[in-house]
Amino acid sequence: MKNKSILKNDAFQSVAAALICIAAGIFVGYLVLLMINPKGAAEAIMDIIRNFANYPRTTAKVKYLGNTLVKTAPLLMCALSVNFCYKTGLFNIGAAGQYVVGAAASLYGALAWHMPWYVCVLMAMAAGMVWGSFVGILKAYRNVNEVISGIMLNWIALYLTNMLLNTVSESGTPYTTQVKSVNTAALIPGLGLQELFVNRYVTIAIPLSVVIAVIVWVVLSKTKFGFELCATGYNRHAAKYSGMSEKRNVILSTMIGGALAAVGASFLYLSGYEQWQTTQSAVPAMGFNGIAATFLGGLNPIGTIFSSYFIQHITSGGAYLDTNIYPLQIADLITAIIIYLCAFILFFKQLLDRRNASKGGKN
Amino acid sequence: MGETPYAIEMLGITKRFSGITANDDITLKLKKGEIHALLGENGAGKSTLMSVLFGLYTPEEGTIKKDGQVVNITDPNVADRLGIGMVHQHFKLVECFTVLENIVLGVETTKNGFLQQKEARKKIMELSERYGLKVDPDAKISDVTVGMQQRTEILKMLYRDSDVLIFDEPTAVLTPQEIEELMHILKNLAAEGKSILFISHKLNEIMEVADRCSVLRKGKYIGTVDISSTTPEELSRMMCGHDVKLSVDKKPAKTGEVVLDVKGLSVKGKNKHKDKVRNVSFNVRAGEIVCIAGIDGNGQSELVYGLTGLTNVSGGKIELCGADITHSPVRKRSEKMSHIPEDRHKHGLVLDYSLEYNIVLQRYFEPEFVTGAGFLKKNAIREYAERLIEKYDVRSGLGAATTVRSMSGGNQQKAIIAREIDRDPKLIVAVQPTRGLDVGAIENIHKQLIAERDAGKAVLLVSLELEEVMNLSDRILVMYEGEIVGEIDPKKTDSEELGMYMSGAKRDKVEADR
Repeated sequence: MKNKSILKNDAFQSVAAALICIAAGIFVGYLVLLMINPKGAAEAIMDIIRNFANYPRTTAKVKYLGNTLVKTAPLLMCALSVNFCYKTGLFNIGAAGQYVVGAAASLYGALAWHMPWYVCVLMAMAAGMVWGSFVGILKAYRNVNEVISGIMLNWIALYLTNMLLNTVSESGTPYTTQVKSVNTAALIPGLGLQELFVNRYVTIAIPLSVVIAVIVWVVLSKTKFGFELCATGYNRHAAKYSGMSEKRNVILSTMIGGALAAVGASFLYLSGYEQWQTTQSAVPAMGFNGIAATFLGGLNPIGTIFSSYFIQHITSGGAYLDTNIYPLQIADLITAIIIYLCAFILFFKQLLDRRNASKGGKN
Repeated sequence: MGETPYAIEMLGITKRFSGITANDDITLKLKKGEIHALLGENGAGKSTLMSVLFGLYTPEEGTIKKDGQVVNITDPNVADRLGIGMVHQHFKLVECFTVLENIVLGVETTKNGFLQQKEARKKIMELSERYGLKVDPDAKISDVTVGMQQRTEILKMLYRDSDVLIFDEPTAVLTPQEIEELMHILKNLAAEGKSILFISHKLNEIMEVADRCSVLRKGKYIGTVDISSTTPEELSRMMCGHDVKLSVDKKPAKTGEVVLDVKGLSVKGKNKHKDKVRNVSFNVRAGEIVCIAGIDGNGQSELVYGLTGLTNVSGGKIELCGADITHSPVRKRSEKMSHIPEDRHKHGLVLDYSLEYNIVLQRYFEPEFVTGAGFLKKNAIREYAERLIEKYDVRSGLGAATTVRSMSGGNQQKAIIAREIDRDPKLIVAVQPTRGLDVGAIENIHKQLIAERDAGKAVLLVSLELEEVMNLSDRILVMYEGEIVGEIDPKKTDSEELGMYMSGAKRDKVEADR
């Protein structure tokens, strides 16, 4: 009993399952490419995997690695949001909407009120908390399924944001004014990272998001608060029985989840990397990809750091597909397939579990 | 087909789960037309063995013969076709269907896609008459008694022409009168040539109804005895491996002041529009065990929910040690009140948490286990858990770190009892604390409850087991349809009188003497 096999180790299983998912995703992606056009398939899948390494020069490599990292930060934050709520037993598909209100609050703070970056981040956080609390309050007091309310709130968030940010958009375009041209104080500082990566979008948001992931991990696994949240998530009735306030815990966890996703949005938009397009009619995929990243990360905040990077790596890598051979949408399709298969992680983990069980039986 | 006296022969069955041998070379032979009891403690392997017979598990070794022919039961459908039927402990009925619909479910006769209920009804009425299984075919399952639900389950097997009938602890949910009726039915079925496997750990039932009894212990086959030539003591010795006292020794109660005082309490049921507990008044004093007896569903659960704060009360007053706690939150109440809940999986445990986390589930917020900054003191939790595990003999694979889900029911319950008793409360509310446990574990828990009583604790015990009620309590309150209909001294009553109160046939004016 003491000599526990490495195969039975939970962490090992999670990592193994994640790797199997990734391999399976890439393989199926390759098959699809083969079906569309067998000639360039091998090259194309390698292009996706190589991502920034497609560039021959080191400086270019570093620069484009930076671009991937810039988008990894918000993805990681969305994944943490999903992860946090999942521990309380909630499936936070509303992370996408919380991300959107985060973008709205941070950009409005930067462009309309000319606030410094940290105030904008705090505004995003507040907006995310409020938006997340709607889901939690509906769940706690009216037992409204968080997936339903989350999806509806996503759309409400999108159109409210479009309306709000339309007031700070560049004249004649649907895009919000560039932060750097109006209020440089609202750009998140790089503290040398920009020079290191030869990329002015690389800011302290990236290390900050990793630090937040570690904090989330500590809160969930080491504190009384995390103890209560997880107990509520595993068994609401037992939580109530032991005198925990499950309603309060549900609302708090959606508020914190909302704050995480919203801050993620501010990390992206306050880097100046993207402008918000006020005519967009689809909720940004960031929040949804966060779900995939959470599961691929084995529902562990630390694992999520790596899985978020991987998913962003593949997403960014899709841009390097040869558009002469493959239609532009294929990149999205392939990355979507890979991400989709990542969601099978629990299935693979179960499979590993069962294999061990039957093996153990024959010993 | 060769003639053989056996309906079922399970020969040398071995079934292992990741390192644990649940069934180790077990042989069980069921004669045609006999009632064969299968006796064993929790975790002895009874359920595993029945699951093997029912095709839910494939054994590593051994063969199964039906009427002398070797059969390969790969899934429950095969068992069904071979005429092996089972009444599970928790009935598998569709609540919103009628009795008749439940019986034909899965084997409906149809014509052009329409149900043909007439023939089915005829067959069911015939079966019902022949075996004395009274049912109302058109009543909805949700409206009929537990006894009738069970008869529906039995008819389900008979309707499918099963000739080997497995009963998994069939008496756990019945009233004394219903149990007697069931015993009668079982004998009828056997007389009609059905072969019956009867899983139980209630010795008196086995003595009454079974012809032979096979005993399992810790996955091993201990032996098969003829009931006519054995005693309950011998059976319990076979089951536990040592002598077990079947009745409980206890000194007379030395009662102190009133700990729990309930006045005119009303509590609404789950659907919120009707009071399930109506104007109930009683008290529990230090040093006594007061038992709430009654048939399941007469408001006992709601009464406990109201007392412990899991639901709001709709009227009345609750005082605990002189303080009004009628509207206090759960945590305030649990300072002085322990609660061993009815449903250990629903309320009592976080199954996916480790044993140590479950042991501190009611205390994790105390300064002993959490720092001022809100960090859990994992070492203190581990030490405390290990102390309780040792003291209360909670057994598990990996000690304090074991996931509670993987533990046996008896040890899960031990963990809850350890947690609740060790908090040193003034009042212990124990709801069916021995449900589903084996004789050894029951004895242990009974001893602990009596020890707590003798230490001056007030104990409120809610139980559906008459034997437990009669053995443990100093006073018995009977609940019927949400009211307390009688207060009885256990020394001056018998289970028959208690049964009359429980079924509503007899009632006192208890309210009058308050």
